[in-house]
Amino acid sequence: MTFLSYLINGISLGSVYAIIALGYTMVYGIAKMLNFAHGDVIMVGAYVSFYATSLYGLPTWASVLVAAIVCTVLGVTIERLAYKPLRTAPSLAVLITAIGVSYFLQNAAQLAFGSSPIVFPSAVKFEGIRLFDGQLVISGITIVTVLACIVIMIALTLFINKTKMGRAMRAVSEDKGAAQLMGVNVNSTISMTFAIGSALAAIAGVLLCSAYPTLQPTTGSMPGIKAFTAAVFGGIGSIPGAMIGGLLLGVIQILGSAYISTQLSDAVVFAVLIVVLLVKPTGLMGKKMNEKV
Amino acid sequence: MKKVLSLALACTMLVSVLAGCGGGASSASSGAAASGAASSAAASGAEGGVFKIGGIGPTTGSAAVYGLATKQGAEIAIEEINALGGVQFEMNYQDDQAEGEKGVSAYNTLKDWGMQILYGCTTSGSCAAVAAESYNDRIFQLTPSASSTDVTSGRDNVFQVCFTDPNQGTTAAQYIVDNALGTKVAVIYNNADPYSTGIYTAFAAKASEIGLEIVSTTTFPSDTTTDFSVQLTDAKSAGADLVFLPIYYTPASLILAQAKSMGYAPNFFGCDGMDGILTLEGFDTSLAEGLMLMTPFNAADEGSKDFVTKYAAAYGEEPNQFAADGYDCIYAIYAAIEKAGLTPDMDAQTICEKMIETFTASDFSVDGLTGSGMTWSTAGEVSKQPVGVKVTDGVYVNM
Repeated sequence: MTFLSYLINGISLGSVYAIIALGYTMVYGIAKMLNFAHGDVIMVGAYVSFYATSLYGLPTWASVLVAAIVCTVLGVTIERLAYKPLRTAPSLAVLITAIGVSYFLQNAAQLAFGSSPIVFPSAVKFEGIRLFDGQLVISGITIVTVLACIVIMIALTLFINKTKMGRAMRAVSEDKGAAQLMGVNVNSTISMTFAIGSALAAIAGVLLCSAYPTLQPTTGSMPGIKAFTAAVFGGIGSIPGAMIGGLLLGVIQILGSAYISTQLSDAVVFAVLIVVLLVKPTGLMGKKMNEKV
Repeated sequence: MKKVLSLALACTMLVSVLAGCGGGASSASSGAAASGAASSAAASGAEGGVFKIGGIGPTTGSAAVYGLATKQGAEIAIEEINALGGVQFEMNYQDDQAEGEKGVSAYNTLKDWGMQILYGCTTSGSCAAVAAESYNDRIFQLTPSASSTDVTSGRDNVFQVCFTDPNQGTTAAQYIVDNALGTKVAVIYNNADPYSTGIYTAFAAKASEIGLEIVSTTTFPSDTTTDFSVQLTDAKSAGADLVFLPIYYTPASLILAQAKSMGYAPNFFGCDGMDGILTLEGFDTSLAEGLMLMTPFNAADEGSKDFVTKYAAAYGEEPNQFAADGYDCIYAIYAAIEKAGLTPDMDAQTICEKMIETFTASDFSVDGLTGSGMTWSTAGEVSKQPVGVKVTDGVYVNM
């Protein structure tokens, strides 16, 4: 019974990592860059949703929509200003810029929203399911997050594989130069990727803060790093991989701290990651790419 | 054209980052106004010059809440003291983002500015680094909230206004036994934080000495940890009837919420880091009902009213214990200066020796918001009584 409850807690933690990892992996898979600011876009999304509800009294669904719109605009703006000028620069420069954007967002949020943490009211009012006389509780937010993950995963997979825009994205992902020669607008495709990634970040932000309700300007950074790890774990660039990686990461973290030691919970997670990458360098679901020289 | 545009935008970005630092990320611009008023009063009201107090604490970054509180509490005290005439203060407050190396560079900035007395740092890690410097330079240092013994040990020039961590741990264990608050205790602490581990170590030692049974000890790795299900499940299955939380209030608020959702309702007992949980924006105070904590400062107390009103008027929020510690620091410095008859034309080294002498003198005591009759040992530790409070109907009630 205790094991089951640990497992459920692991899934609920993992589902939050998974939903963040989806955005990470989507941007990486297409733009081939690590957007370290993703975690901070999540934080902005959560703040926007919080203020939309508390100041303007919008219903939850509307506040999520507003947050998604604001984050989309923010994501596209960041891409335009910070990443686009570096399209031909070495990837290290883009990586450092992304870290810079991350710090910029954190500090700007601190200026705009203050540094004191606030408690985020849960967006999910559904109490959850109690089994075995309340010994086993599956909270409403866990159910919603897992469902949201599955829906987003399927929608993204369909979008990328079945639509014209999705085809353009795959083309850009494979070879930017060739895609451009074939008449694909590389810049607008990448902008679109960031728009989708950032809208997902807003949803992830609301779900993250509903599950773990403190919100402060640094809220996004640690889950962002964990989600990045999850994305690498599952095979970065692979959408189902992000979902599986996130869930596994959460479960390993909880079981590791429960049965090994709470002091070593993060060490266990990263030890597993190292082992997986040694055995399968592209991650669990990653495709092996043959670089042509 | 595009290059020019991106350059301009990069500049805007840079400027706004810098503005972020300068503004101290304060939610209230009135904070800056208040400090401006304080220093201008100092400049005009001084006949024999002003004492230059250097302040260090995090005004940006994840510990900014604490740094801003200590800064603002001190500003209120300085304003009051300067309005009295007599001894005048001017404070220059530098941001250290709670990091040691930034603390030392803030310290050097303040030394160049001509600091005579050092007020800070807010956090233990940075404070220990800065204290090593101030010890070598012989500058008197009084910290409002750096509670680790690393800060004061072996340094005769460094004094604390807050309790030391071990002191809190032993007092807490004794308090739990004396008041029969629980028989089986679980502890959840942050093993990356010297404050939290310092309290835990002393608590565990004292508990085994006086026969208080600790049935579950679990940790978490940082204050941004969000999931405490494992720790709570462990405490619950071990049958703990009291959970001791020597941690800050942000993770504690999550622990309370998660304990409730899993239907676990032991007594929760916290230390001074728990103070502030009730003013956490959006926090459902019913979760904290019955929460006990030891804090030196209760904003609802009669004696604190004047300070609370002034603080709320200046910064638009209720002061927490960190603000009260800061306020007491400045008044302790003020009392020592008066007693020793110091003048602003003395150099920092002379002031330091006189201040040490005064602080450790047997007849020197300060009545502050965080305790009456505070006295200091030669080790730099303060002696005052902690107050146990219990949250009842959303406010602190003295136990």
